[in-house]
Amino acid sequence: MPAHERLTAAIVAANDNNRPALVPFITAGYPEPGEFVNTLKSIAKVGDVIELGIPFSDPMADGMTIQRSSYVALQEGVSLEWIFNELEMAGVLGTPLVMMSYLNPLLAFGYERLAERARATGVCAFIVPDLPYEECEELRQALEKEGLGLIQLVTPATPRERLKMLCNASRGFVYAVTITGITGGDVGLPDDLADYLDDVAAVSEVPVCAGFGIRGPDDVANVAQHAAGAIVGSALVEVLEEGGDPKVFLRTLGGK
Amino acid sequence: MKSQLGADEARTLLEAQINGELPDERGRFGPFGGRYIPETLVPAFERLEEGVRRYLHDQEFQHDYRRELREWVGRPTALSHAPQLSKRWGTDVWLKREDLAHTGAHKINNAIGQALLAKRLGVKRVIAETGAGQHGVASAAACARVGLPCTVYMGAVDIERQAPNVDRMHRLGAEVVAVETGDKTLRAAIDEALRNWVTDPSGIYYLLGSAVGAHPYPYLVRELQSVIGLEARQQMIDQAGGLPDVAFACVGGGSNAIGLFYPLLADDIELIGVEAGGTGDGLGENAATLATGTPGVLQGSYTMILQDDDGQVQETHSISAGLDYSGVGPEHALLQATGRVKYISASDDESLAALEELCETEGILTALETSHAYAAARKWSQKNPGKRVLIGNSGRGDKDMPTLTKYPARIRTHARA
Repeated sequence: MPAHERLTAAIVAANDNNRPALVPFITAGYPEPGEFVNTLKSIAKVGDVIELGIPFSDPMADGMTIQRSSYVALQEGVSLEWIFNELEMAGVLGTPLVMMSYLNPLLAFGYERLAERARATGVCAFIVPDLPYEECEELRQALEKEGLGLIQLVTPATPRERLKMLCNASRGFVYAVTITGITGGDVGLPDDLADYLDDVAAVSEVPVCAGFGIRGPDDVANVAQHAAGAIVGSALVEVLEEGGDPKVFLRTLGGK
Repeated sequence: MKSQLGADEARTLLEAQINGELPDERGRFGPFGGRYIPETLVPAFERLEEGVRRYLHDQEFQHDYRRELREWVGRPTALSHAPQLSKRWGTDVWLKREDLAHTGAHKINNAIGQALLAKRLGVKRVIAETGAGQHGVASAAACARVGLPCTVYMGAVDIERQAPNVDRMHRLGAEVVAVETGDKTLRAAIDEALRNWVTDPSGIYYLLGSAVGAHPYPYLVRELQSVIGLEARQQMIDQAGGLPDVAFACVGGGSNAIGLFYPLLADDIELIGVEAGGTGDGLGENAATLATGTPGVLQGSYTMILQDDDGQVQETHSISAGLDYSGVGPEHALLQATGRVKYISASDDESLAALEELCETEGILTALETSHAYAAARKWSQKNPGKRVLIGNSGRGDKDMPTLTKYPARIRTHARA
């Protein structure tokens, strides 16, 4: 089975247990590169899928929290090469991984080598926030060769035809951005969230995971009625920033 | 993604560029350009592209735009002969005086054009980024002129070194937001403006100041800045008796350079873009993107950028805030790849010396950005006596006084030498 189907299976398995899949996001190597594998193993016990953020110098789609964590990780020397090496050492986690990276570090690494190393280290799919569908063909093909997926993002402002196209192209799951904004914003989830998520779910063959603005148990419960999974990013990175225990925090949100 | 061109391909692309066929429908200048943006921004860019298609070459829009250029910006700007400089350098030197345009730099050509476009698109407010502050001032002025509120994002580092421009923006009614993230210069300011745009893509117009970023900005800005080269070409024929042998322009993002060069591409004129050589050749010591960079994706465009082996974009150094940028417009990347334009760099010291020389010889205090073009033209002249030289004098140097006051001793030493 291609790696991206393992991703789908993990989400479906959570839903079969009558709960939303929990997808924690962490910036790789933050706050302490030396703690990366431990943190990963710890959240792998709670999360159904783990989203790993690759630090980048220009995180234009991210808010302050993830920008800060990205900056610190880069200062600490975290790179894609380093992350793959750490993942190799960590061995099998039992929880599928997704990598979230801006395009340029992937370009610099080389698409073929990227796909090979990703497959070998348990990465099932990529989310590339600055790579819209129109520009994604080259990367999509390179990933597909290794059975890896490219996850498409959709937003409340995505027109219907485009929504169909993006859902159709997405592998593993569809990332439904809940708000028109950046990650970690102060604004709560919008009132018409339910209709929007229902619309996405109606056209998507792969599960829909909602992300942006999901900060606590209420948000997860809110999203759970209309999406297969909830992605928790900035709120979790804040816990790491304050030296808290990510597993304890994630337990308050559900998870396995 | 590829970045090297074969000889045949380079010829074909240059021809297409001269014929006005670039960017193509995907926003590409050959391999460069494109639109690498978050999905959240896709509707905003599509709306902008539609607006550009509908209005930019529309007769009524062009009528309004040209009238504003004439009556408010003060175009055409002068072409000045530089007799003293010519005598010193041994070449025949002509200056295209964008410093005489309203608000003191070429930036206003683009700002008023895009402000008129924003008005037609019916937005509630305008946001802009600025490096040296020139584009911020131009945007503030243009928005006041068309009656739209304006917010300018400016890196905290730039706010410090360009204090007079910050005050000007405030007086022109703009709100200035200090950007404390990333490198705290132009690159961070663009990121922050994009983040703000995402929050209300239909109510906000993002007035980008250089020929960089995702399609259609590099195209839109080139079209609005081409007035520089169109005027200069005719003025050279009328006043200098013929086209120049060479034309120089400084390159940060590259808007004044593309404005000067684009209308001259078909002519037998050597074109030289001059980047910020800073204090040395090492990564982080300069902003010479084309001269020392590698291809990559930054802020929406596949172009030449300054990055490390891991694809992390590097911080830059230049004495001039306006050139202090890790990327460059994608059309310049193509012009370099086809060999039509040569890109070199001038150091901080060479540029300071050139600024001083122009003050002494022609009574023009030019911008630190522009000084880079002079430094390169001076060197070129030594090897090419008797030739006719055109320099894009992109802006005036009044805004640089806080920086210049830090270098009095060095400048005096140079003047005596």
